[in-house]
Formats: sequence, structure tokens, C-alpha cells
Amino acid sequence: MWNWQFALSVLPQLIAALRITISATFVAFLLACILGLLFAMAKRSGVKPLALAVGAIVEFVRSTPLLAQLYFVFYVFPKFGLVLTPFLAGVLTLGLHYSTYLSEVYRAGIESVPKGQWEAANVLNFSRLRTWLTIIIPQAVPPLIPVFGNYLIALLKDTPLLSAITLVEVLERAKIIGDNSFRYLEPITMVGFLFLITSNLLSLIVQQVNVRLNQHLK
Amino acid sequence: MNTNAETAKVQPMVRYRNICKSFGDLKVLTDINLEIAPSEKVAVIGPSGSGKTTLGRMLVTLEKPTSGTIEIDGEMLWHKTVKGELVPADEKHLRKVRGNAGMVFQQFNLFPHMTILRNVMEAPVHVLGIPKDKAKEQAISMLKKVGLEAKLDNYPRQLSGGQQQRVAIARALVMHPKVMVFDEVTSALDPEMVGEVLLVLKEIAEEGNMTMLVITHEMAFAQEVADRVIFMEGSIVEQGPPQALFGNPHNQRTQEFLSRFRNA
Amino acid sequence: MHPPFNILVQLLRGTVVTIELTVFAALLAFVISFIVGFSRMAKFWPLRAIAIIYTEFFRGTSLLVQLFWVYFVLPLFNVNISALAAGILILGMNFGAYGSEVVRSSVLAIPKGQTEAGVVLNMKPSQITWRIILPQAFMIMIPTFGNNLIELLKSTALVSLITLNDLMFQGKMIQNTTLRTTEVFGLVLVIYFCLAYPLTLGVRWLERKITVGRA
Repeated sequence: MWNWQFALSVLPQLIAALRITISATFVAFLLACILGLLFAMAKRSGVKPLALAVGAIVEFVRSTPLLAQLYFVFYVFPKFGLVLTPFLAGVLTLGLHYSTYLSEVYRAGIESVPKGQWEAANVLNFSRLRTWLTIIIPQAVPPLIPVFGNYLIALLKDTPLLSAITLVEVLERAKIIGDNSFRYLEPITMVGFLFLITSNLLSLIVQQVNVRLNQHLK
Repeated sequence: MNTNAETAKVQPMVRYRNICKSFGDLKVLTDINLEIAPSEKVAVIGPSGSGKTTLGRMLVTLEKPTSGTIEIDGEMLWHKTVKGELVPADEKHLRKVRGNAGMVFQQFNLFPHMTILRNVMEAPVHVLGIPKDKAKEQAISMLKKVGLEAKLDNYPRQLSGGQQQRVAIARALVMHPKVMVFDEVTSALDPEMVGEVLLVLKEIAEEGNMTMLVITHEMAFAQEVADRVIFMEGSIVEQGPPQALFGNPHNQRTQEFLSRFRNA
Repeated sequence: MHPPFNILVQLLRGTVVTIELTVFAALLAFVISFIVGFSRMAKFWPLRAIAIIYTEFFRGTSLLVQLFWVYFVLPLFNVNISALAAGILILGMNFGAYGSEVVRSSVLAIPKGQTEAGVVLNMKPSQITWRIILPQAFMIMIPTFGNNLIELLKSTALVSLITLNDLMFQGKMIQNTTLRTTEVFGLVLVIYFCLAYPLTLGVRWLERKITVGRA
């Protein structure tokens, strides 16, 4: 049933496609980290309309499927003159989708910074931006690393959805190989194991980062 | 026949024989031999880490002795005899013998998702198989005894620590155990609530029938209620009637321990 | 009927499938969560090992990869199941793996004293589990289970990629034939939102209720 020779012959193609998967993961996650922080800050800004608008966006994005969002961005945006490559549409949507989760994580982290820190910054006459950048974020973020790590791995496992908007990432590559050779068993099974290996590697990396960044707190 | 032989014939309610207990490398109890007569009230005192709580917990199967045997009312707790040989007891045997013992914890351990009434009814209904209405009657009368008949439908979190501990006592009493372990039942309480719980304990002690093993830091209470006081520190260091042990301790360790309380 | 109403009617037909899929997959996930969660805590180590492999496998690989595997690979072994059954099975097993962690951590969160109180009252282990531990652990599970249910609902859209005619599938098909891309995909998003948001509000309400109860 399982043909090792065939499996080995298609492995290089899968690994090449895995690179796309991994770069999509990191670009989207970086975007999610930045957007999520901006959302969290906007919600705390005290500017009511801004906070409400951001709140509505976050609720809507969180309450709809990633796949439906991908279709919307990839097929509807061009109607309004914004043509995106599958990769770009994919990472933008993934980034936006996960930013709504991360904004909640940031919120919890920011709330855990003692109120006295804000007051101290105030007394020292720090600007609002400087308070955020030098006082609040450096304290709020390191303890969140494990949670961020979980979302990074969840995001990795959502990247196969980009195949629905024609991006040839690792799962789509496996499907193409299957379509051409009529052998689906080996490529799709191997993709499963590639995800298992990649997600476990990522989780090891996250643990290392967590130890490095948080050791001074212990 | 002398009187000593006469008393030896009375079967003790509890008998610890050559009990040792280690947690890993840490030896907490060494060669404990202790007999408690029916309806005797024994107070166990000693510094923290002296193994006194472990001694009590072994009687209700929460800790397993490393070696030695324990009997309750003449029956082996942790062992049973099969064809004349002592073998480790199974769950069924443990449950049977454990039914004779009860315990009240330092931390109350009430069931937070049940009302006070249900806390007290739960075991009679589901362990003893007593019909619900009858169990309810018994539970209410037991709660009356500890002065909490007004709180039947409250949840534990709505009660003060002292009230919660009184419920825990009622919950244990309603099972009518022959022997009851009280494990530092006032140690987790605010000082102003200690009195109400001790009062309930004293009433139970004065009723007389139940054998009691009271692990405590309340020296005055031990003196008042106990027939015998045991000072422990990994093993039984000294024991005797309260007047003797508190008034004229022989062992130097006992003297040091007691003097700390007097000065406090 | 005139557009866009005919579109809406077709989409609602798909919505029924989405709801069906969500309900059945959630039930399966719920059952699996408990079975696997308790197996993780079993004394018998092979059972623990199987449970760990199960959760690691379903959590470590991707949901879409799992769906594709069932859809493309299982037929090679002469196992043919409908897209709906495949969807229920894989979504149920996948979310069951996540749910088992919720069950396990909630049960472990109940203080040891609760079990001890049960032992001392001479309850059977099964009575301690069912009457003491589970009712308390369940309250801890509810909010996370609620959030997982919302994630599950959103994940059902993936099943359209293995041809189940759910809401997402209908949307894609109508878009293909009518090319009314903006309306169709816009409506799809709105319908999903209308399904998921009440759940979100419900979970928040429950969460508040439970926290108040504990205070």
C-alpha cells in the first residue's frame, strides 16, 4: 500500500512547499502581533469612537470563519481595484484574524501591569507613547510568550486554508501531486507528519524564547 | 487475676502496631504503638512536621503505612487475612472497615456545589442507603446540634469559617462513626471563631460514646476534654493524663514544646 | 424570486447543513473530551499513552490536512463515508482532542481535599467522581467549552473544501455561477456572524454568572 520510493521522490517538493507555509506563518504572525497590539491600545485609548470601531471589527472578525474571510479578501477586494496575490491576501487575512485573538491576550497582559506603573510614568512626565513603549509593553508582553506561542502554532495549522485561494502551500502541493499521480496516501500523510514535526519544533522554540525572556523575572 | 490483665481483655477501638511511615526518604513516623479504648478521648500534640496529622490520616485511609498494622474495632484496616496470611486489603475491605471511622479536616473540605443540608445528607443517602426523607431528618437534627439549622439552604461560601467547620462536624457525625479523627479543626479559623467550634467539640466529647482522636494546638482544650494526651515528634515521646503531662512533663522535649506555648 | 433573495434562500439551505454539522460534531467532541480526558488520568498506563498520542496527533497536525486525509486517502482503503460523516467525525475528533485537555485541567483544578472528604465519608471512587468532582469541574469547563463551540462552528466552513454543501460551499457555488461576488461573500460572512455572535454573548453571560456564583 505505502510506497516508500514514491514517498521519498515527492518529499523534496513537499519540503519546498513547506517553506511557503512557514513564511506565510511568520509574516502573518508578525502582522497579527503588531495589529493586535494596536487594537489593544486603541481600545484603551479613551477615544470613544475609535475604541467602539475597533471593538466592532474585532468582534466581527472573531465571529466569522477564516475561510469566508479569505474568499472575501481574495475575490471581493479586486472588485474595488485592490488586486492581491494569493500570498499577500492570505497573510493579510490570517494576520487580521489572529490579531483579534492577540488583542485580547495583550489586553489581559496590559491589565496585569500594576496601576502604579502608569502613575510613576505620569509623575516622571513621560509622554503617552513613551509610557507604552518603555514601561508598559516591556512588562506586559514577556509573560504572554507561552500564550502567543500557542497562537503561533494554531496559525501554522490554519495556513493550509490558503490553498483555497490558490496559494500552493504544502497541502495544496500534496493534492497536486496526488491529482497527477493518483497516489494521495503518501503525500497527504507526509504533510500530516510535516505539520506534526513543525508544530512541535515551533513549540520547542517558543519554550526557549520564554525561558530566555523571562529568566530575569524569576 | 490482676486488674491489668482485666483491662487488656477489653478490645481497643483503635490499635496502631509498629507503624512506620516514610514519604520518600523522609521518615515521619517511627514504630508507633498506640491503643485507644472505646469512647476514650485522646489528644495528640506536637510541633508541625511531627507526624501527628499523618497518624490521623492513616486511620481513614488517606495515608498508607509503610509498615505495621492498624486495627479498628478489632478489624485490620490495611490488611486482611486470607488463609491465615496477612495480605494487603482491597478497596472493598478498606471501605468496609473505614465505615467505622470519620474525620474532620483543618480546611473543612465542604462540597461547595451543594447546600449545607445536602452536604450533610449526601453520604447517608448515597453511602449508607438511608431513604431521603429519613436522611433529611437526621441531617437537620445534626445541624441543629451544631447550631446551624437556620442555614440549611445556604451554600458553604455564604458561611463563616467557624460555621463551615461546624457543618463539617455535622457531616462527619451523621455517619455515626465509632471513632472520629479531628485534624487541627481550629487551625484555619480566625481567632474569634475558634471558641464556637471548640464548644461543639466539647459537647460531642461529653456525650461520651464516640472514640476521639483529636490532633490539636489548643492546649487548654486538650487539657479540658482529653482522657489522655500524647506528645509526638516522629514517635510517641510522652503520654499520660492531661494533668500529668501538662503539669509535670518528664521528657525534656515535651517541656520545651510546652514552654513555648506557655510563653506565647 | 429576485436577486438577492434567491441567493439568500440558497445560502440558508447551506446554513441548515452548517448547523447540523456543528451540532453533531459538538456532541461527538463533547463525548470524546471526557473519554480521552479521563483516559489521560487513568492509572493504567497504556490507556494514558493512547490518550496522549491521540491528543498530540490531532492537535499537532492540521484540521484541513485531517479532512483531506479522510476524503482522499480513506477511499483507497475502500472506506467510503459521506462528506457529512467525514466532517462530523474529523471535527468531533479534532475538537475532542482539545476538549480533553479542558476536561483534564478542570478535574485537576479541584482541590485534593474534595476527594479526601469523599473518601472519609466512605464514598466509592465512582461516587466521588460523579457527585463531587465532576459537578465542580464542569463549572470550570463551561466557558472554555463555549469558546471551543464557537471555534468549531467557524471551522465547519473547511468541510466545504471536501464538497459538503454547507453555507460556505453554497456561497462558493453561487459566486461561481452568478459572479455576484460581493453580495454572496458578504452575505456568507453576515450569516456566519449571526450564528456565532449569539453564542459569544451566551458564553460571556454564562461566564459572568459562574464567576458571580463563586464569589
